[in-house]
Amino acid sequence: MAELPTTPSQTVGPYLHIGLTWDDGPYVVPEGTPGAVWLRGTVFDGAGQVITDALVETWQADVDGRFDPGWRGFGRSDTRDGGYAIHTVLPGAVPGQAPHIDVSVFARGLLHRVVTRIYFPEHEHSDDPVLASVPPERHDTLIATRTDDGYRFDVRIQGERETVFFDV
Amino acid sequence: MTTQEKLVGYRRDPDSHPPLDSPEYRSTALRHPTQPLTLLPHRLTEITGPLLGPGRVGELDHDLTRQHAGEPIGQRIIVYGRVLDGDGRPIPDSLVEIWQANAGGRYRHTGDRWPSPLDPNFDGVGRTLTDADGRYEFVTIKPGAYPWRNHDNAWRPAHIHFSLFGRSFTQRLVTQMYFQDDPLFGQDPIFNSVPEHARSRLISRFDLDRTQPEWALAFEFDIVLRGRDATPLEDDHG
Repeated sequence: MAELPTTPSQTVGPYLHIGLTWDDGPYVVPEGTPGAVWLRGTVFDGAGQVITDALVETWQADVDGRFDPGWRGFGRSDTRDGGYAIHTVLPGAVPGQAPHIDVSVFARGLLHRVVTRIYFPEHEHSDDPVLASVPPERHDTLIATRTDDGYRFDVRIQGERETVFFDV
Repeated sequence: MTTQEKLVGYRRDPDSHPPLDSPEYRSTALRHPTQPLTLLPHRLTEITGPLLGPGRVGELDHDLTRQHAGEPIGQRIIVYGRVLDGDGRPIPDSLVEIWQANAGGRYRHTGDRWPSPLDPNFDGVGRTLTDADGRYEFVTIKPGAYPWRNHDNAWRPAHIHFSLFGRSFTQRLVTQMYFQDDPLFGQDPIFNSVPEHARSRLISRFDLDRTQPEWALAFEFDIVLRGRDATPLEDDHG
């Protein structure tokens, strides 16, 4: 088959909320799910200002590290209240990798999404091939911290302690 | 042999996309990473993706002209096309989300306050699923241009925002569809952030054959998401 050139990306712009927010967007799993946690964080720009017009999307395996049909695995939250919040369960380990969540961040001023990964502090990371490709001094930008009701994972788009972003 | 050994990743397409640091579009200044991106070889999480099915789409979500008691003001248009991958394969049963300004260039959003009226009969939001052949179709009204403050007398060309999921995390795409011969292209840093050779892929095509007599103009806009690598992923699962 002939290869077709792909459609270019464009920014979501400042009015993404009218098109891309769902009432159940943050709920990867329903309320009341055993072991569910809130994954929360703030998105910062290069001046350290909070970005309140971003959209954060997550994609992850289930608790057994599987992507079975029927598993939603997907969450999305805007940041108009100062941060994002995703209600989910900790993913299990996908074979050969530490448990992780893939993350996309969209915003005005981002002409293409940026992609990062969330890892968790209680897991063993030494054999993870993706973390192994990241300089050790930047690993902490990819590891969430514990909170009262789950985890915190901030995203720094630019500047000091800039989050590691991936070319997928 | 595990299932994973047979899985296939996606071809990279850096030549299609705008650089994250595009100084003419001022908002990129503090919103682009300064460290180089880290190459992420595709593994299971990258080649799978959410299956967002019919439960997400209401009966009239594809027709933005029928979501209120009355009809919106403006030029009624049909926007249709196919969602394909980079090998020309249709992507069926895939969620397509759109949002746009009304005919006067005003968004139904608290942040949009320029003096152009809202239309009580137009929300500017649509959703649909592609059919078995990857086809989608919306009925809407042609969005107007609107001013913004990026530079002196800056106006965005008329556009419709599109959000696509495809089959995998890797294929996720958010873009904007434009209209042929827009006089505002030349001064728009968002459209022009795309490499010149790729800009035409963002412009829909007027289609007289699909235009419905005494009803609506038709515009075709095919969307191509990334195609698959020729060879399966290596077994790096140990």
